[in-house]
Amino acid sequence: MNKQFNGFRGLRIVGHLLRKEFLQIFRNRGMLPIIFLIPFIQMVILSNAATFDVPEVPFHLQDFDRSALSERLIERFTSSGYFRMTGESFARTKGIDELVSGNASMVLVIPEEFEKELVSTGHARLQLMINAEDGFTAGVIRGYAEEIVGSFNQDQPALIPRSLDIGNSPPGIEIRSSGWYNPELVYSDYMVPGILVVLVTIIGLFLSGMNIVREKEIGTIDQINVTPIKRWQFITGKLLPFLIIGLAELTIGLVIARVGFHVPMLGQYWLIFMVASIYLLVLLGLGLLISTVTDSQQQAMFVSWFFSVIFILLSGLFTPIESMPHWAQNFTQINPIRHFVDIMRRVMLKGADAKDISQPMAILAIQAIAMLSLAVNRYRKVSS
Amino acid sequence: MAETIIRTERLTKRFGSFTAVDEISFTVGSGEIFGFLGANGAGKTTAIRMLTGLLSPTEGSASVAGFDVYRESESIKRSIGYMSQRFSLYDDLTPRENVRFFGGIYGLGSSELKEKGERMLEALDLGHAADTRLSALPLGWKQKLAFSVALLHEPKLVFLDEPTGGVDPVTRRRFWDLIYQTASSGVTVFVTTHYMDEAEYCDRVSIMVDGRIAALDTPEKLRERYEVNTMNDVFIRLARPARRSE
Repeated sequence: MNKQFNGFRGLRIVGHLLRKEFLQIFRNRGMLPIIFLIPFIQMVILSNAATFDVPEVPFHLQDFDRSALSERLIERFTSSGYFRMTGESFARTKGIDELVSGNASMVLVIPEEFEKELVSTGHARLQLMINAEDGFTAGVIRGYAEEIVGSFNQDQPALIPRSLDIGNSPPGIEIRSSGWYNPELVYSDYMVPGILVVLVTIIGLFLSGMNIVREKEIGTIDQINVTPIKRWQFITGKLLPFLIIGLAELTIGLVIARVGFHVPMLGQYWLIFMVASIYLLVLLGLGLLISTVTDSQQQAMFVSWFFSVIFILLSGLFTPIESMPHWAQNFTQINPIRHFVDIMRRVMLKGADAKDISQPMAILAIQAIAMLSLAVNRYRKVSS
Repeated sequence: MAETIIRTERLTKRFGSFTAVDEISFTVGSGEIFGFLGANGAGKTTAIRMLTGLLSPTEGSASVAGFDVYRESESIKRSIGYMSQRFSLYDDLTPRENVRFFGGIYGLGSSELKEKGERMLEALDLGHAADTRLSALPLGWKQKLAFSVALLHEPKLVFLDEPTGGVDPVTRRRFWDLIYQTASSGVTVFVTTHYMDEAEYCDRVSIMVDGRIAALDTPEKLRERYEVNTMNDVFIRLARPARRSE
């Protein structure tokens, strides 16, 4: 028997394993819907629901001035789309009651002589009382209100020599912000690339680890270990199906992103698939490693869950890495999810090319090699 | 005795401070039906796992089919078949798919696989159920199938770890017909069992008690030595003093 023939036969053995895995996966009634529903559910629910936007803030109005100018300002608020008026009153305490009861998230107070003061001195004050139980939401509401007042200022130059001022913003300075790469700050554009990463992660980490442990549980692993199959054949045959399924999920996810969410795709698809393959190798290695140290699917599930929660929370997907404490920022450097999220956003939204992302890509590649060699090394056909 | 196919010399396995298999030495001749008996927890499965290359021994030496268990476990695997206690074909695959998979990973070519597989399914009278998932088939059929799958790559030696657990006497008897057939074609059969009537069918039996081999001979000689009428009584005489029995 010559070497070449051996190599060919070796690959055929991997083929037999692949065939068997796919037969089992597609025959598993419990698994199949999970594999193919996960992308839809995650994309649709997470991308739509996990948004920082605060829609239609309910506000209570106390207009003590009742002038033409105050009327116009109020009109700005109600027609902006950001605010919805829930009521009006003229007693100070009533406004606070509305905040406490939760009927309103903001009270807009326009003091007496608002118009008169603004016209004569060019300066007037407004009061905003915002429910700041949730500081983040309060900040967003404040931002909306400032934007409205600001544009109101600009439209009154003939009438008012100087600008209307709320809070402590010094007059004369104007901040103009514009978001690059996502100019309208569309939330789903930012979120979808990250959700795609979570999608690939679940397939890569959970399914691969659980699959091998399942064979341990039902005892079929012995029947395989007692054959002359080589370690590389077994591992390739076990991991390749999930690499393929992971990439298929990513494809479905990208289609939904494009068609359903109109997320821009400025970069190259091949680059995304190449990085995704490297990333999947990291996860498959981790999954295999977990399967070598656990004896039941439950254990494997818990360990996988532990890693994925930490990695996802510290990935910059939901909270910016810049606002993490220093040690956590350092930790994210070894977090594969962080690098893949980063790459996905850069390639999809900024059109980054292979050179731009070479650094995180190299980190992922090193992790893939390290993780796989560790896992392959730990996997034994003969136990001790 | 014919050529030796298994030889162990003070083979030992310890898990921490627990000695599961304690210096067992025995030989099995080529073509024999060798019964490997013992109470639950006596160390049978541990011994089999060492001989099949699934578990590395702590001490002692053993060779199977001429290969050393420490250094040549992968060569051993090419020469043996194995059917384990826990039924271990895939329940969610059909008989045909199981045959194809296991034959495939033993490296059988596709035409060989097809021809052998079909002949085997026919011989087992499983032709009509060849495309039914295993989970829907009776245990007795699954056991016969698992046995045949273990022989697919034509090993010289086959290990059967409690192959007939949980089925009725008629089905067990049929299974033993298969064992005889196999042995008559020259294949050595190494079998563990809890059924003492099955022990009578073996050429020689060994009885393990607390990790050691307490007796090893033909059923006939064992009965004579202990002056009893059945293997059942031989077993009870030997295994009753066991410390580890459940």
